[in-house]
Amino acid sequence: MDIVARNNVKVSGRSGGRPMIFSHGFGCDQSMWRYVAPAFEDEYETVLFDYVGAGRSELSAYSAERYASLDGYAQDVLDVCEELDLTGAVFVGHSVSAMVGVLAAIREPRRLSTLILVAPSPRYIDDGDYVGGFSGADIEELVDSLDSNYLGWSSQMAPVVMGNPDRPELGEELTNSFCRTDPEIAKQFARTTFLSDNRDDLGKVTVPTLILQCSHDALAPPQVGHYVHQAIPGSELTLMRATGHCPNLSAPEETIAAIKAFL
Amino acid sequence: MAARDDARVTGEAPETLEDLYEDAPCGYLSTRGDGMIIRVNRTMLTLTGYRRQDLVGRVRIHDLLAVGDRILYETHFAPLLALQAGVKEIAVDLRCADGNRVPVLLNAVMKEQTPTRPEEIWIGVVAAGDRRGYERELLQARHRAEESQRRAVELARTLQESFIPPELPRIPGMDVAGMYRPAGRGDEVGGDFYDMHEVVDGWALALGDVCGKGVQAAVVTSLARYTIRAAPLRDSRPSAILATLNEVLLKERTDRFLTAVYAQVHQDARDRFRLTLSLGGHPPAVHLSGEGLISMIGHPGTVLGVLDSVELHDVTVDLARGDVVVFYTDGVVEGRGPTGFFGEERMGRALSDARDADAAGIAGRLVDEVVAFQSGMPSDDIAVVVLKIPE
Repeated sequence: MDIVARNNVKVSGRSGGRPMIFSHGFGCDQSMWRYVAPAFEDEYETVLFDYVGAGRSELSAYSAERYASLDGYAQDVLDVCEELDLTGAVFVGHSVSAMVGVLAAIREPRRLSTLILVAPSPRYIDDGDYVGGFSGADIEELVDSLDSNYLGWSSQMAPVVMGNPDRPELGEELTNSFCRTDPEIAKQFARTTFLSDNRDDLGKVTVPTLILQCSHDALAPPQVGHYVHQAIPGSELTLMRATGHCPNLSAPEETIAAIKAFL
Repeated sequence: MAARDDARVTGEAPETLEDLYEDAPCGYLSTRGDGMIIRVNRTMLTLTGYRRQDLVGRVRIHDLLAVGDRILYETHFAPLLALQAGVKEIAVDLRCADGNRVPVLLNAVMKEQTPTRPEEIWIGVVAAGDRRGYERELLQARHRAEESQRRAVELARTLQESFIPPELPRIPGMDVAGMYRPAGRGDEVGGDFYDMHEVVDGWALALGDVCGKGVQAAVVTSLARYTIRAAPLRDSRPSAILATLNEVLLKERTDRFLTAVYAQVHQDARDRFRLTLSLGGHPPAVHLSGEGLISMIGHPGTVLGVLDSVELHDVTVDLARGDVVVFYTDGVVEGRGPTGFFGEERMGRALSDARDADAAGIAGRLVDEVVAFQSGMPSDDIAVVVLKIPE
């Protein structure tokens, strides 16, 4: 299996520099890092990739079994590390990828030796005193909502997103393309993401960790950021002015500055 | 009529730009980059039941969305707005002032910051209750169809597996392997089958191809397999067994016919194998001698399940060490690729190239080549059984 093609791996930046892996969350693909990753290319060797099932990864490599838990996604990260023989990398994970990075760094701290967690949440669903912000019914509603917004997939989108070099005109029609994938994969990724519970894993992290917490994040409220900070030994928490769940897009400068200050 | 048109052209019509905005035939919202609502038109207020002062400067677009849609907005649409400056036909539910939901479609564009104005998102809102309801029904119908399809495929696979023994018997002194590859994606029950079992003084092999696919073909395939197992009790010559199968098929009044090869191998006192076979409308078996010569075994016979009177012949050959005998269905030679049929010549070459492998290796090589010849999507089922007498 060619991992570089499978995960659409893109390496840029300073050859021989410290590796810095940027990892996208549920919804879109590596384009999420478009405004952030280039700022690190002078000093670091930047590695971007799409999880299997997202972006321009090879959808044929998707396995409902493997990606039923975040461990399968963590394996994607470690596969990329192994393929490129990366050690001592900075792992920057957005949204659910933050927990994927936590799992990968617990398994191979030699490869991932620093974690930057952007808008992380170890559990999205409320549980007793723990406030994740959502209920199980909310997540089912999300899955329905995905269905309603992927209407055109089967007939039109599949050939486009899966690459159709013979018909370049199809590319012109792409709307909402960065966030398109097979709806069945999107639905499973939604369930895997929002039904996971990684609270017990946080204490096992041994590498230096930075948590970036946005204001007004509908997916990861401030108390969740504090929870992650409390649970990961020696971690740092930076509260950002950026609003929403995607500071890497809405406030790239602030995101870059916070990461650079930590590194 | 002409007079009224003139009135409009000359500006006597009552619309002002403000009217056009406020009473536009779609809801209209403007937000800051973070989603905070800064302008809203009257159509939008009527649609949702809010007062202007409830929304402007107080509520973010997220707050108007149902929770599932809110997650979708954060994970899909907000990133898209940042990456490609516009999203279209987003299907969401808005939460109205009275707690009800109204299904809508949203189009949004990101307006970049200018010297006089900060970044804004402009959103058009179209009520789509009937359309969304219809879409939901279509979605449900599709889910049901997918579920039925999944069950049908599972049924087809299970049924198909019953036509092919999970493993062939071990025969002392002979290496045996069978391989089956369904047509296309394997979603339909094919008509190919094979079976191998012990008879009184040796082993019997049956391999056949029922015309057509689907449930009716499956019934006939099953009937054929069990008839062949039971038939040797009456007359054990291969031609007699195929004749019995012909009778049974005719009695069944099915319009399906089949082709089959039936063979028996017996071992004499000096451990030499003797093969006797009969062909019922089926291609002959291929014999590869230890020296690499290729010949066909069998005398053409009548297709089974069509005529009362069939002409079937028994042909016997002695097998030597190093000999390979290959039984196959027409999915092998009639596999159609870009350059025509796979054909007997290609089959002969594939078998010669693979002849040093064991029986499983030879069968695998042949099936792989036929499938590759058809770019991975064989048009017909392929069944292959290989007997090899090791050196």
